[in-house]
Amino acid sequence: MSDAPVAARGGRVQALRDLLDRFGEFCIFCGHSLRWIAADAFRRALHRLLMPQLFEVGVQSLPVILITGAFVGMVLAVQAIEQFRAVGLEERMGAVVNISVVRELGPVLAGIMLAGRVGGALTAELGTMKVTEQIDALRAMGVDPIRYLVVPRVLACILLTPVLTLYADMTGSLGGWFISVVQRGVDSGPYWEYTQMTVDNFDLFSGVLKAFFFGGALGLISCFKGFYCRPGAEGVGRACTEAFVASFIAILALDYFLAELLQTISIRIYGFRSFL
Amino acid sequence: MRCPLVNDRHDNNGAIIELRGVAKRFGALTVLGGIDLTLNAGQTTVVIGESGTGKSVLLKHIVVLLRPDAGEVLFHGRRVDNQSESRLVDVRRRFGLLFQMGALFDSMTIEENVAFPLTQHTDKSPEALRDVVAQKLRMVGLDGLQHRKPGEISGGQRKRVALARAIALNPEVVLYDEPTTGLDPVRADVINELILKLKRELHVTGVVVTHDMTSAYKVADRIVMLHRGEIIADNDPDWYRRCDDARVRRFVDGHANREDLEALDQG
Repeated sequence: MSDAPVAARGGRVQALRDLLDRFGEFCIFCGHSLRWIAADAFRRALHRLLMPQLFEVGVQSLPVILITGAFVGMVLAVQAIEQFRAVGLEERMGAVVNISVVRELGPVLAGIMLAGRVGGALTAELGTMKVTEQIDALRAMGVDPIRYLVVPRVLACILLTPVLTLYADMTGSLGGWFISVVQRGVDSGPYWEYTQMTVDNFDLFSGVLKAFFFGGALGLISCFKGFYCRPGAEGVGRACTEAFVASFIAILALDYFLAELLQTISIRIYGFRSFL
Repeated sequence: MRCPLVNDRHDNNGAIIELRGVAKRFGALTVLGGIDLTLNAGQTTVVIGESGTGKSVLLKHIVVLLRPDAGEVLFHGRRVDNQSESRLVDVRRRFGLLFQMGALFDSMTIEENVAFPLTQHTDKSPEALRDVVAQKLRMVGLDGLQHRKPGEISGGQRKRVALARAIALNPEVVLYDEPTTGLDPVRADVINELILKLKRELHVTGVVVTHDMTSAYKVADRIVMLHRGEIIADNDPDWYRRCDDARVRRFVDGHANREDLEALDQG
């Protein structure tokens, strides 16, 4: 009798065990990082390390976030306007475009753009430090590399993803307005009036809250992948790809769960709200 | 008559580091198979052996960058391999580790690299830091390069800067991972002289991992040879010049073994 099915089952069990090991390592890594964030939040030493990361994550990412946000708003308007015009509801375009941008597309696309731009750079930087033994050098000098390297990077992602989301919301909203009002001739007054009636502070808050979690997820995943990357250039390259894919999935999964939660809270507070 | 491979007459009274039955596996590969080794204060011990025999892994166990699967590592008689990372900070401050490729921080200048351990563990003023950095760089013959980045200096200079960083906190023990690998003979000799100078002037205990027998003979008080994760010889340098054990002789004289030659012929 062939041993192949037994070997295949053994391989699958081993793969599952490796996956669970990896997840356990990630949970310990997150716990360690969050513990240091809480402990060092008001230490000047952390603030000195944080400033360059805030510049890298925030200022350097701003142009790409502004452009992404604008195009998202424009595309949304282009796709929706003919349908709305066909049923005579084009004045409600502002409500639909802005609620979509503020609640979902702004935070999700800002998160994904940051996962690509910042997450990839974080993984590559820490991965290179790992393969050139710089992380071991930190440990050998009695410095906790998670505290020194990971905490400022993750904290910068947590603090600035919500801020960048607000910028994406702003340009997304302007993009939708440009297509609907300037290009397709929808009346500006009702466009903004319906926006005001529909988009509540809670919607803005829910987008920012989501971005806070997306920032934490992409920062932790990207740093973890760099920290535990395999040796060599191939190891660093693979870690960057894995970091982006894992961050992308985590952002979409978190978005789903947070959307369910925030929707429930919104209905409890405001009752059902129609956009049309 | 065969010479004794292990000299058990080493005086262990001044033991600073002890490894007791240290074993390490990576997956199915056994890298260290139960090493017993005592290192004495003020001595320079050189660890030699073919590539892949576990020399660097042994070095990383001493400073607990790796933890053994079995066995114990003791520093000044206290077990350190089971301590948490936060408790190890005080132990690691007493070590300096020179990495094979230097492991300098690319984003920092030479001055910032050498000052790094001082900024982390002392509260010296910027002026005092500059003075200490200049003094350490003078020791390795590189004063004046403070504002360059690691990418702007040669490989030999990088190793000397890494050595200056390793001794910044005046450690009791300095661990050298292949300090002369990749350097020309003149630069390699500069590093050897530095190792001797540190022992002479700072009285540091040294552990040097190397393939380079010229370097080993020059700096060693004692040479330990590893083969497939086991210590097969432990004696003073003169003994290695005279020893007639085939495995030791082949490594010391740098001769390929018969299987390697046969594989070449078949290829």
